[in-house]
This record gives sequence, structure tokens and C-alpha cells, in this order.
Amino acid sequence: MGFLEVLYIVVPIALAYSAPLIIAALGGIFSERSGVVNIALEGLMVMGAFTGIVSALTLSKMGLGAASPWVAMLVAIVVGAIFSLFLAVPAILFRADQTVLGVAINMLAVGLAIFLVRAFYGKGQTDSIPNRISKENVPFLSDIPVLKMFFANVYYTSYIAIILAFVAWFVVFKTPFGLRLRSVGEHPMAADTMGINVTKMRFIGVMISGGFGGLAGAVYATSISLNFSVTTILGQGFLAIAAMIFGKWNPLGAMAAALFFGFAQAISIIGQQLPLLDQIPQVYLLIAPYVLTILALAGVVGRADAPKAVGVPYIKGKR
Amino acid sequence: MKKKSLLALAATGLAMSSVLAACGSNDDSKDSGSSEKDGFKVGMVTDTGGVDDKSFNQSAWEGIQKFGKDNDLKEGTGYKYLQSAKQSDYQPNLQQLARAKYDLILGIGFLMAEDIGKVADQFKDKNFALVDMVVDKPNVASIVFKENEGSFLVGVVAGLTTKTDKVGFVGGVNSDLIKKFESGFKAGVMAVNPDAKVEVQYAEDFNAAEKGQAIASGMYGKKVDVIYHAAGGTGQGVFTEAKNRKKNGEDVWVIGVDRDQVEEGMPENVTLTSMVKRVDTAVEQVAKDTKDGNFPAGKVVEFGLKDGGVDIAPSQDNVAKDVLTKVEDYKKQIIDGKITVPATDDEYKEYEASLK
Repeated sequence: MGFLEVLYIVVPIALAYSAPLIIAALGGIFSERSGVVNIALEGLMVMGAFTGIVSALTLSKMGLGAASPWVAMLVAIVVGAIFSLFLAVPAILFRADQTVLGVAINMLAVGLAIFLVRAFYGKGQTDSIPNRISKENVPFLSDIPVLKMFFANVYYTSYIAIILAFVAWFVVFKTPFGLRLRSVGEHPMAADTMGINVTKMRFIGVMISGGFGGLAGAVYATSISLNFSVTTILGQGFLAIAAMIFGKWNPLGAMAAALFFGFAQAISIIGQQLPLLDQIPQVYLLIAPYVLTILALAGVVGRADAPKAVGVPYIKGKR
Repeated sequence: MKKKSLLALAATGLAMSSVLAACGSNDDSKDSGSSEKDGFKVGMVTDTGGVDDKSFNQSAWEGIQKFGKDNDLKEGTGYKYLQSAKQSDYQPNLQQLARAKYDLILGIGFLMAEDIGKVADQFKDKNFALVDMVVDKPNVASIVFKENEGSFLVGVVAGLTTKTDKVGFVGGVNSDLIKKFESGFKAGVMAVNPDAKVEVQYAEDFNAAEKGQAIASGMYGKKVDVIYHAAGGTGQGVFTEAKNRKKNGEDVWVIGVDRDQVEEGMPENVTLTSMVKRVDTAVEQVAKDTKDGNFPAGKVVEFGLKDGGVDIAPSQDNVAKDVLTKVEDYKKQIIDGKITVPATDDEYKEYEASLK
């Protein structure tokens, strides 16, 4: 098997694996750029996956067919945004500790989702959804040699994730809204003095984050796991946080980091089937993504600069 | 100073005696034979998969439910299950059932082996049973299956169905248990199609659908056309990948495991067949024996093809007729003892050598 054939297998896997991570990491950026720590990404993804599967099942039953997973994603965005109020209200209005809140929300999300699955279906995991997001071959592009590694056997959601990253970058760095969002995360008092409503901006930041988190969970559930159980989302939210930090709170950086994770995972998983790599004992391949991440964080990226006011509740008039 | 320490001593003494007294009363009630008063009680502890994992937890629970109904037991008092959300729940759950004086306490899944051993030592007068692994304690019965025999049959199906002469095996975690599936499967393939190549990979995870999908994607990409998975939730990803490929016109199949997984293959219908493990039959059998006073204490109870403990699933519509006749033929040979199906890497090597 030549080098190209290897890439034809590895790249689509990396793209599929990265999509939910990119989307969730973007969510983290909006929240943290506004000054609210978002450990709750994992929980938001759980709610998104749960909502995605339940709505996809219901919509399919109503006869929506192939459109059902896409509509389910929209529902998951709305539910994610609403669920993120559990973080926004105590963190912004009542100045609760944001890290503790995030951890609590992660536990709440799993418990609530499983409780509801039991209430709806009388069992601990849902059935598989009949209509899902499938891997597709992009017309024309998937026939071109070399280039086809990006266009054959891929999920459209991977492209959506990458486009969203560019949109998010534009919004955060090139629009007045983005400037305000960043200013309340860096120096809320200065922003307040200039007439920016800090509370409102932070609410918007966290709710956008909730929408992204919900979408990320729904993407994973409707394209990869196809059903929802307690183990559907298991650590992906935390990987997304790592991607966000790795990418220095920049949407494009986070996207690159998530793609890097995806690529490392893909190599790690199917390395056993590839020439040369199959000579390496599997345990080294399995730990490789994590070792690479540590090396990259420690050596290449340099200091990770968080927004200055992240995690600090804003109290008007306090110096 | 002296007075205080004396007081403390007295207090500890009092506390100790009350503890001892509690123990004593416990023993008393045990002697009076609570089981006869309340009727037979059987309980099970799930592993982290949960009671409706569509796999062996669910199957075990179905067996207990059937046993309960046949013996007019009530759910909750006569028979019940405790769910384990994480590994650290195993011991407390087992202890809880032991304290509640259950006559038979089942641990489901080999992940629980160590914990059931410890709890069995703490409650020497209670009967424990473990599914899927051998624990050598005088009050533990080990219920194991000859998965290699069932896997042999689906191996025969895979070997005769493949058009590319390449089949795949995706395992959950590389362990003695999953090796039984792998060895049996490979032996089955080799028996009918010595030219076939079997690709084997372990995900080292039972709950990572994305890993299962990636592995399957790699295998199908290398022209494997039938994959047998023994990987729990990770196998879900194998089905996802197969469905995607079939939708795009590729001719690929998945062989399910533990139960009839025909539903998982819908709507593209990618499930060739499944290797079923009748945990329900086995659990029901052991519960029945225990109730009749024949608890297989300290013994290994093995369920193979002969006892209906493992088999090929009833959904066989996707398998060709002549393949099924071959399967029946091999099934008879295994039951008659004409073929000994390998269960480990070493046994497989011997088996392979004997074919040549």
C-alpha cells in the first residue's frame, strides 16, 4: 500500500473524528472570550447528543425522512443554548464559582439525559436512528486523484465544522460584536465604562457556547454513535477544551488543534493496519496522540494566554 | 487527665460491644433461615454497560425475569438488579445484595471478577455466581461460555461469504475472553476457506464507537468485506461504517455478537448474521439449580453449542442456503466432539498446523 492509499484512509477518519471537537471548541471560545470558564462543554455535548437522537427518532417517526437528523441538529442547538443558562445564570448573576458550576452541570447533564431516556422509552439507551448523517462522495471532486482524500467518503458535517471555524474567527476578530465580547473577557470594567453591558455580553457568550456544544453532541450522535446511551459522550468535551487551549482561544487555532487530534487519533487507531506502523507495538500507537499533545503544548505552542478576566465574576464598581 | 482517658476507653468499649452485638444479631437472623420465610431471592449486579445494554447484561436480566415469573417471585423483593455506573460501584452493590440476604447473587461481566472474589470472602455463607470469567472461591460459581464454538460457526459463514478472501475481526479489549472469539472465528474461516486472510484488530475500548468506525473504515478500505465484531459499544461504529459503505454501493457485511444484532444493521441491512450467547438460558439454569439446592459451589459451569449456550442467530436471511447447510454440518461435528475449536492463540496455532 502506497503513501497515497494510506492518506485516502487516514484523512477521512481524521475529518470525521475532528468535526464534533472543532464545533465544541468553538463553543468554548465564545464563552471564555466573554470571561466565563466553560468546563461544562462535556455536559452541553451530552444534552446535544441526547436531544439530537430523541428529535431524530421522533422526526423520523413523523415522516421527515432524510431531513430528520439535520432538523434534529437545529433542535439540539436551541436546547443546548437553553441548557447553558444553568451555567450563565449562577455564574454571571450570582457570581458562583465557574469551575465548580461546570463540573456540576456535567454531572447533571448525564443524569438528566438518562433519566429522560428512561421516562420516554422505558430503557437505558435509545434505539438506533433510522435516518442518519452518512458519509458521502462529493460529486466531481471525489474523482480527482490526491484531492479525493478530502472529498471521498466524508461527512458533510466535517465541512460545516470547518466553515463554522472561519465564521467564528471573523465574528470574534473582525466585527464590533467580537470586539465587545473580547473586551468584557479581558477587562470588564473598562468595557463597562465605555457603555458595554457586561452582563448581557456574557450571557450571549455563554448561550452561543451552549448552542455550539449542543450542535457538537448532535453531530457526534447522528453521524457516529447513532444512538444515545450513558457512554455516548465520554470525554469529547474535555478534549474540545484541550483543543481550545491548544489553539490559544483562537477559532482557527482551535480548528487546527482539533484536526491535529483527529489525525493523531486516526493514525493511532488504524496504524496497526498500515505498512511500517504495524511493526510498532500497539500500546505505543495508543498513547501516541496524548504524548504528541503534551509535546506540542510544552514545546511548540508556547505560553497559552487565557483571556485576562476569565473565571472572574464582574462586580460593578469594584476595583 | 486520667479520668478523661478512662472515659474514652469506656466509650470505645461500649461502641465495640454494640458493634459486636449488631454482628451477633445478624448471625442469628441468618441461622433462622430467612430464605425460607421470604422465599427464594435472586439478585444481579450489572457492569457499567447497564441493564439494557442490548448485550449480556440485558440478556442476564431477561433470564432472571423469566426465572422470577416461572417461580412466582415479585420484582424488587424476589428478584432485582442493581446498576453499576462505574467500576467502584461493583463492591458496594454486591455487598448490598449480600446484606439483604439474597440466596443467589450474580455478577455480570468479567470486569467484576476481582470484586466478586473479595465480597465472596466477606460473606462466606452466601452464594455468588459470575458470568464470563472463572473465580476460584468455594462459594462462587463461574458461568462461562464456549464463545469459540459459536464464533467458529460465524467464521464458517464469513469464510464462505467473502468475495475478496479478506475478512476482519474487531475486538474490544485484548484479553483471554475476547481471544476465544478471535481464535474460534479464525478457525472457522480457515476450515472452509484456507486462502482467506483474517485481519485482526483490538480497539482496547468497549465504549468508543468512533474507534470502531475508524478501524472498520480502515479494514473495508483494504477490501475486507465481512467484519465480525466482539467489541460491545465500539461495535456500534462498525455497523455505522458498514451502513455508510453499503449506501454508497459497496458490498460489505457485519457479523454481530452476543445477541441477534439484525436491528443494528437496519435500514441498509448489513448484518450478515450474529453469534448469540444465551446468557439468559445459562443464568436461568443456574438460578434453577440453586433453588433446588444444587448450587454449583466453586465449580465452573460451561455452556457450549451442545447446551445451547452459544449458537448462530436465528436471523439468517442474508446467508446463502448452501452456507447454512455447511454450518449445520460443522455444528454437528463440534457437538459430536469431532472438531475441537481452539480458544487461545496457542491452540489456534496447533489447529492451523493440523489443517495442513
